[in-house]
Amino acid sequence: MDKRKIEENIFKGIMLASTGVIVLTLLFILVTVIIKGMPVMNWAMITQTPKGGYYLGKEGGVLNAIVGSLYLAFGATFVAILISLPVVLYFNVYARKGSRLVAFTRFSFDILWGVPSIIYGAFGFIIMLFFGLRTSLLGGIIAISFLIVPIMTRAMDEVVRMVPHELLEASYSLGATKLETAFKIVTRQALPGILTAILIAFGRAIGDAAAVIFTAGFSDNIPYSLLKPAATLPLAIFFQLGTPFPEVQARAYASSFILLAIILIISVVSRILTNRFSKYIVK
Amino acid sequence: MDSNSHICVKDLNVFYGNEQALKNINVNIPNKKITVIIGPSGCGKSTLLKSFNRLIDMVEGVKISGKILVDGEDILDSKAEVTHIRKKMGLLSQNPYPLPMSIYDNVAYGPRLHGTKNKKELDSLVEHYLKESSLWSEVKNRLRAPASKLSIGQQQRLCLARGLAVKPMIILGDEPTSALDPKSSQTIEEKFLKLKNEYTIIIVTHILRQAKRLADYVVFLYLGQLIEHGEASEVFENPKMEMTKEYIKGTIS
Repeated sequence: MDKRKIEENIFKGIMLASTGVIVLTLLFILVTVIIKGMPVMNWAMITQTPKGGYYLGKEGGVLNAIVGSLYLAFGATFVAILISLPVVLYFNVYARKGSRLVAFTRFSFDILWGVPSIIYGAFGFIIMLFFGLRTSLLGGIIAISFLIVPIMTRAMDEVVRMVPHELLEASYSLGATKLETAFKIVTRQALPGILTAILIAFGRAIGDAAAVIFTAGFSDNIPYSLLKPAATLPLAIFFQLGTPFPEVQARAYASSFILLAIILIISVVSRILTNRFSKYIVK
Repeated sequence: MDSNSHICVKDLNVFYGNEQALKNINVNIPNKKITVIIGPSGCGKSTLLKSFNRLIDMVEGVKISGKILVDGEDILDSKAEVTHIRKKMGLLSQNPYPLPMSIYDNVAYGPRLHGTKNKKELDSLVEHYLKESSLWSEVKNRLRAPASKLSIGQQQRLCLARGLAVKPMIILGDEPTSALDPKSSQTIEEKFLKLKNEYTIIIVTHILRQAKRLADYVVFLYLGQLIEHGEASEVFENPKMEMTKEYIKGTIS
């Protein structure tokens, strides 16, 4: 066999192996969570708050953490959209091409993307102290928003950049303003990508533990106000795994399963929505 | 100056950075005729066209001096309202870019922007302009379908309908047939010949034969300079300038 063919085969092998590693990792995680968590999974897990103390409770469920996580993730995602979308539209519709401000801001977001979430937690905590807030749902939403804004912005930016300039020109040439073009054309054309960006950010928001330790705190109760502490699934998993009791540790896997299920459901729903919206996209 | 012209260009200079794309252009575009801008690639044809509706503003590092009077109003004046200027001109670009919405909404986009909200009024506008661009019979049963599903020739006619729907007086075409198959190109050309009774049409093309078929008035640009302009019959049959002669013979391109 000649050398080029061998090269070709070696690289094909490496690519297949890498793909295999990814798929197997996902399967391995799912199987572990299901095998370890399923035996203690029951209705009570998702319909009741913990009984017998958050750390040690072997009864009840993690409804407090489910609701807390959903509130937190939806709240922070909403706040992040309010910040990210205008930034991205400014970058791609309003700003001059090659603007230094834009280049610098993009670079800053790239750095912020890499900042560990515990630092956002600490930063959020300082802001809360400044405003005299205690650990609360609001505090958690603020900290998580800091964490996900750079992620959402850069992910949206990458797709909005792909909108062909001629499409903007077509809209301008019909007498549209930049604002009209931004909202009626650009966001529409980039909608599937924008939804994906929101989803990525939501995933980070609901899965993060470090940023909420100091800011959202935890509680056995379902938060009924923005100013009350809120439990979150990642922290519930962390605490449950940290106990010396095998029964409670098993509940951590059940909690993980619930967290994965939530992310899966949100992904599937947004995929369906995306497909529905993307039929008008110009290719 | 010919006061009947919608568009009078006076001492127009355009720079991209340090490069001068257009040098001292002075020309009057005759009304309700087809003016064709010809010249080799990179001669500034598209730049001139984009100056007319100020899409040139979008280009990075562009500097413009001189005047372009549209109905007596200098559109290069910083006080001029850009959306108002653009509303007067429909643009057909090289590749058709339908907006990411349905066929109906594409045509209704402009009228809606400019304040037409009434459903019945919009319905009749959409029908009228789709007929005007000879697309109606092909799409009347699927007005709600995505515009991107149309063939490229249909898309270009949709873009024409979309442009006409803002009731412009001027139609700008930037090599409007260069991406189309011969049949679709022919349809568009026929459209132009009909539309010139009501609109002032300015087309950029690098296809000489197309220019000869369509032009009433010809503007010949070379390296950013206006070499010759005049009635099509004169420029094509009896060019005054040596360079025009050579371009038409095909020795320079």
